[in-house]
Amino acid sequence: MATPAGAPRTVVGLEIHVQLLTASKMFCGCAVSFGAPPNTLVCPVCLGLPGALPVLNRRAVDLGLRTALALGCRIHPRSQFHRKNYFYPDLPKNYQISQYEYAGHPPLATGGALEIVTEGARRLVRIRRVHLEEDTGRLVHAEGASGSLVDFNRSGVPLMEIVTEPDLRSPAEAREFLTALRRLLQFAEVSSGRMEEGTLRCDANVSLVGDDGVPGIRTEVKNMNSIRAVERALAYEVARQAEARRRGEAVVQETRHWDERRGVTFGSRSKEEAQDYRYFPEPDLVPLEVDEAWLERVRASLPELPAARRDRLMAAFGLGGADADRLTASPAMARFFEETVAAFPDARVVANWLVGEVAAYLNEHGTEIDAITLTPRRLADLLRLIEDGTLSGRLAKEILVAMIKDDLDAVAVVEARGLRQISDEAALGRIVEEVLAAHPGPVADVRAGKDRALGFLVGQVMKATGGRANPEAVNRLLRERVGS
Amino acid sequence: MIDRDTVEHVARLARLALTEEERERFAEQLGRILEYADRLSALPLDDVPPTSHALPMTNVLRDDAVAPSLPRDEVLAQAPARRDGFFVVPRVFDEG
Ligand SMILES: [Zn+2]
Repeated sequence: MATPAGAPRTVVGLEIHVQLLTASKMFCGCAVSFGAPPNTLVCPVCLGLPGALPVLNRRAVDLGLRTALALGCRIHPRSQFHRKNYFYPDLPKNYQISQYEYAGHPPLATGGALEIVTEGARRLVRIRRVHLEEDTGRLVHAEGASGSLVDFNRSGVPLMEIVTEPDLRSPAEAREFLTALRRLLQFAEVSSGRMEEGTLRCDANVSLVGDDGVPGIRTEVKNMNSIRAVERALAYEVARQAEARRRGEAVVQETRHWDERRGVTFGSRSKEEAQDYRYFPEPDLVPLEVDEAWLERVRASLPELPAARRDRLMAAFGLGGADADRLTASPAMARFFEETVAAFPDARVVANWLVGEVAAYLNEHGTEIDAITLTPRRLADLLRLIEDGTLSGRLAKEILVAMIKDDLDAVAVVEARGLRQISDEAALGRIVEEVLAAHPGPVADVRAGKDRALGFLVGQVMKATGGRANPEAVNRLLRERVGS
Repeated sequence: MIDRDTVEHVARLARLALTEEERERFAEQLGRILEYADRLSALPLDDVPPTSHALPMTNVLRDDAVAPSLPRDEVLAQAPARRDGFFVVPRVFDEG
């Protein structure tokens, strides 16, 4: 974003919480499952009952290490867990087990970077740290109830926190970063990365730096439930701080909540006081040591990451960079592409359909490639019907939508709608004769060498056949019969 | 020495309501504990890493396997208030 002379510079840092793809919780064997009846996935450990002891989930560590490797972080050979002490009804132990960072106590990993593309240029956003922690329970504020309700199913679910350096320079860059990070987490099979479902959560620190280089007061923005919401909330907050600066008013250091419906951020009414979490080493968990052999195992298990996948698609299938980018927007899309090409080897055609018609459908319906009824085999079958002349491209587009809506194969839609292309020359010839008889004027024009009139006649034949005629055959038949 | 404001701060963090008499008594007792810990400062410990665990153990891990959770009735039976499978707590106004 070009900064006008004299306008303050935007500085944004993100704190992202990622729910890890494990079967069980971080420190106990309770299942991780969304939508189970309240308090059915709890045990003495995740309820914080006296005497219960946590035992660390090896898989959660593996996924944290995967992420750290993918972000190029420095992985610390020895880290440990700490208690973060505070009182809140969704926190049964009155402390959260997390990894704090202070002298001699590094978290799982520090340093690292993620590349984003912004204003057409590639830029690295530095990662400050990656650490492991547990989730809290969930509070439900029931209408008209005298108390609040607590469900501890989420208590102890494995989370990874990723903190960036304040390297982002605009709300759009924050969006680009989150999109790139989500893609990385999905390709690495670390998390489902869905903000709408809470498996990816993002808080943002935002401040403005004036001409004089003096950083302004920072606010923390919370409660954003989509990447789009992060961008909107930051845009609002940047404008609010800039306005305060213009009027010479002070920005208060505070936590502000994003109100999606009203499109504003608002400060907490409660008086802010310096947080004092009294961190100390968790005595119930011994230190974690990650040696080279463990790292090597994790490295070997790391799935192909987005950048490598993109390069491979370009090299193997001759795709352009823009198409390869869009086909690697999610692992599901990349997989769909490769599986379709396995059944219909013209990769360019497959790519065109996926980034064109299929992507348009997904955008329009706000859905994802793995959430619709289309399969690679079905798409390949449809493309084959175009290739062998059974369908025109225009008809195929209609059929694609019907296939998705009605959960059908291409052939089934073609048969059900009588959409098979008319390739029977005799039948087509009869329709051509009718069109010629009905439009003597344009026929004379064609004979006089006016090609635009031929286009009109082709259009009339297509109309008469409901678009089912093969345009090449129509052209040829018209030319033969008009004798031009 | 530890002053009474510090005691009050620590008490508030721990959600404890102390009487005036308790505040005074704990200030004195906590002060003595801190004085005792201060004696360590006199020792040359700059090269000694902080000890967080007494056991020379690392990497106590479990496989990512699901184990049975508790029956909900049993869980909620321990709670002073419950409704529709939830624990009921005093109303929280903060948006947390
Ligand atoms: Zn549990």
